[in-house]
Amino acid sequence: AAMSRKGLKLLVDSLTRSAKHFNKSEVECLINLFDTLVARSSSQFAGAGFDRTVFRDTLHSAFGMTDDVVLDRVFSTFDRSNDGCITVVEWVEGLAVLLRGTLEEKMKYCFAVYDLNGDGYISREEMFQMLKNSLLIQPADEEPDEGVKDLVDLVLKKMASTYLLVPFLLQDYDHDGKLSFADFEKAVREEKLLLEAFGPCLPDIK
Amino acid sequence: FFSKASSSLEDVGESSSETEEDDQPVRRQEGGTDLSPEYWGIQKLAKYVKGGDPTATLIALCSMRDLNLSQEACQLAIKDTGCLEVLINLLDTEEIKCQTGSLKILKEISQNVLIRHAIADLGGLEIMVKILDSPDTDLKCLAAETIANVARFKRARKTVRQHGGIKRLVELLECISVGLSCQAEDTETARCGALALWSCSKSTKNKKAIRKAGGIPLLARWLKCSHTNILIPVVGTLQECASEPSYRLAIRTEGMIEDLVKNLSSEHEELQMHCASAIFKCAEDEETRDLVRKHEGLQPLSVLLDNSENKQLLAAVTGAIWKCAISRENVLKFQEYKTVETLVTLLTDQPEEVLINVIGALGECCKEQENRGTVRRCGGIAPMVKLLSATNRALLVNVNKAVGGCAMEPENMAVIDSLDGVRLLWSLLKNPNPDVQASAAWALCPCVANAKNSGEMVRSFVGGLELIVNLLKSKDKEVLTSVCAAIANIAKDQENLAVMTDHGVVPLLSKLANTNNNKLRRHLAEAIAHCCMWSSNRVAFGETKAVAPLARYLKAKDPLVHRATALALYQLSEDPNNCVIMHENGVVKLLLAMVGSTDDALQEAAAGCIANIRRLALATEKAKYG
Repeated sequence: AAMSRKGLKLLVDSLTRSAKHFNKSEVECLINLFDTLVARSSSQFAGAGFDRTVFRDTLHSAFGMTDDVVLDRVFSTFDRSNDGCITVVEWVEGLAVLLRGTLEEKMKYCFAVYDLNGDGYISREEMFQMLKNSLLIQPADEEPDEGVKDLVDLVLKKMASTYLLVPFLLQDYDHDGKLSFADFEKAVREEKLLLEAFGPCLPDIK
Repeated sequence: FFSKASSSLEDVGESSSETEEDDQPVRRQEGGTDLSPEYWGIQKLAKYVKGGDPTATLIALCSMRDLNLSQEACQLAIKDTGCLEVLINLLDTEEIKCQTGSLKILKEISQNVLIRHAIADLGGLEIMVKILDSPDTDLKCLAAETIANVARFKRARKTVRQHGGIKRLVELLECISVGLSCQAEDTETARCGALALWSCSKSTKNKKAIRKAGGIPLLARWLKCSHTNILIPVVGTLQECASEPSYRLAIRTEGMIEDLVKNLSSEHEELQMHCASAIFKCAEDEETRDLVRKHEGLQPLSVLLDNSENKQLLAAVTGAIWKCAISRENVLKFQEYKTVETLVTLLTDQPEEVLINVIGALGECCKEQENRGTVRRCGGIAPMVKLLSATNRALLVNVNKAVGGCAMEPENMAVIDSLDGVRLLWSLLKNPNPDVQASAAWALCPCVANAKNSGEMVRSFVGGLELIVNLLKSKDKEVLTSVCAAIANIAKDQENLAVMTDHGVVPLLSKLANTNNNKLRRHLAEAIAHCCMWSSNRVAFGETKAVAPLARYLKAKDPLVHRATALALYQLSEDPNNCVIMHENGVVKLLLAMVGSTDDALQEAAAGCIANIRRLALATEKAKYG
């Protein structure tokens, strides 16, 4: 739906403030892009936004993000109103974090992506889900999932405060491990490489 | 920024000069063939690094860092499980996060000598040099820090250079921001670059490469910064390179002496040490010695002598003081700070590297009369004489100089003699090293000149005269020169001269006459002059063909040579045959020019010699023509 010039200006100003990391001309460009995407989308939302499919295609072609599970989750973090439709506000504010977020913003974002069921914790099962395809070469003599289970244990040992502190090489551990945001944040502050621990969800800025 | 700084200070301590480890290091054999528990742990993690996607790899790499990577068992486990190859292969990918994760581990474990050799063998250095081109600053810093660790042996340093590493490391020093305000990120990048350059600079070719890549002005700029953690590798590098004259010149002309002096007052002992070392090396040049004084560097150096706990620092400081003391104005300044007194206290209970410099410094200071007295009053002579029994060559050379310096004062001489110092010096003439022999002989000159009952003292050294005369057979110029000087002094005692004559001093001196070395000529001529005063030595000198060469000495440009030669010729001219030879060699004309000299001794000797020659000529004329 076409917007009045005054309405557009108000929108640009408001978004520049709320998104924080873009200047006015950048916001304008993003709004233009949004309009293009809406046009491409089904008319399901009557022009208020675009859907999951368009979102995933866009992120795929713009940032080379390919993991379906991850892309789904990213969509969910963008779609704060949880109505299956990305509005212009959600679009611009979401991109602000993705492209120029501070470490704090990115940490919250990544954690939200990885918290598959949105319960505030990244559980063992969720980790397994995300990592199950990460082992490309499986040793023949092992059960197929053993390797991934061990990998999950590694992560929990490294990051979860609820985990019993055991020396790395001992094998008994608490099966109830899960990661709170506080755990995640602490671990990432100590080692920035762990920000995308469960899979790439930020664009690769090369 | 600061958490990196604290770990880097440990790194920096490591990067200072290590023992050379160029041979392939040998692995210590552990008892038993059981693999360590660390091995299995690493083995497990290696599985994910080898067979996982980047996500799994990163998790494994981060977990690996939780292991005690500074422990040798862990380090070797990484090598033995083949994990090291995988880590290096990761460096070769374009995945910045994996490269970063890998380098964080390699940086730690490359502290181990076996690992560094292995990294070099696996081609890791070349890849790390390539990474220096990356736009990611953290990655570049890690690569540089790892290179700093690996480049601790020769072959690695060569590899870095051959793959263009020096140029890229120098580029890391380029400050993005203008002016002296050092931004934190730039400082960190420069610090890592400087660490790597410091390690690399141990090779001579790399010193040249750093200079050609324009490293010196950049190092000079960072030298003005106030962050200790970058100052240390920068000064470390400069100090390492200061063995090259081109660097010494640049350090001087780019105004770096001022900064080095300023940092002598730093709170960090390691920084102080490197600054002192740099000054030690640069003070070979007179202009630098003047600059140190002009920038008021002598006082802080003197003050640092009070910190006698840190032996490395003390060695560097005493070294700097030694070389600065070569200039007289500096010695006078040191006197104001009571440096000589402090140096004397350092003559006992110090490691050799400190002693060598302390004694060197005292030797220079004792060229000033006042200090000779000071040394005696502080009880410095006894420890000095004790050091004459040392075995270290460099130490002995300096001790000899210092004792010789002190011996210029008769009061000191009495103490030296009472402590048997002259005998000890004399035995050093037997030392196989020519530098030790020469410095001992030089020291003996003032001893013989100033001792009470000098003649008797010399005679009391059994076999001593034979020993010193035989040194005239040495092939070393400095030994010959110093021995001639000593003999000139010894020969003033008639009895000793007789003994030396019996030992064949005359033909041995004559054999040396054909030389172009002015210093040797001078002392040789003096020796000959004094040896003439016994029996038929004058005739013997003529017979052994010393006269004609001596005549040629008069053509030299050195006035000291003229004087000594004139004295010798005067003595020799008492024998008519010698006069004939002198006349044939045009001595008269040359000596005539010297009769008008302002040097009294030269004037007299020249005149006397000409008179003798003329008298003979006249007598010959008369005999011929009646």
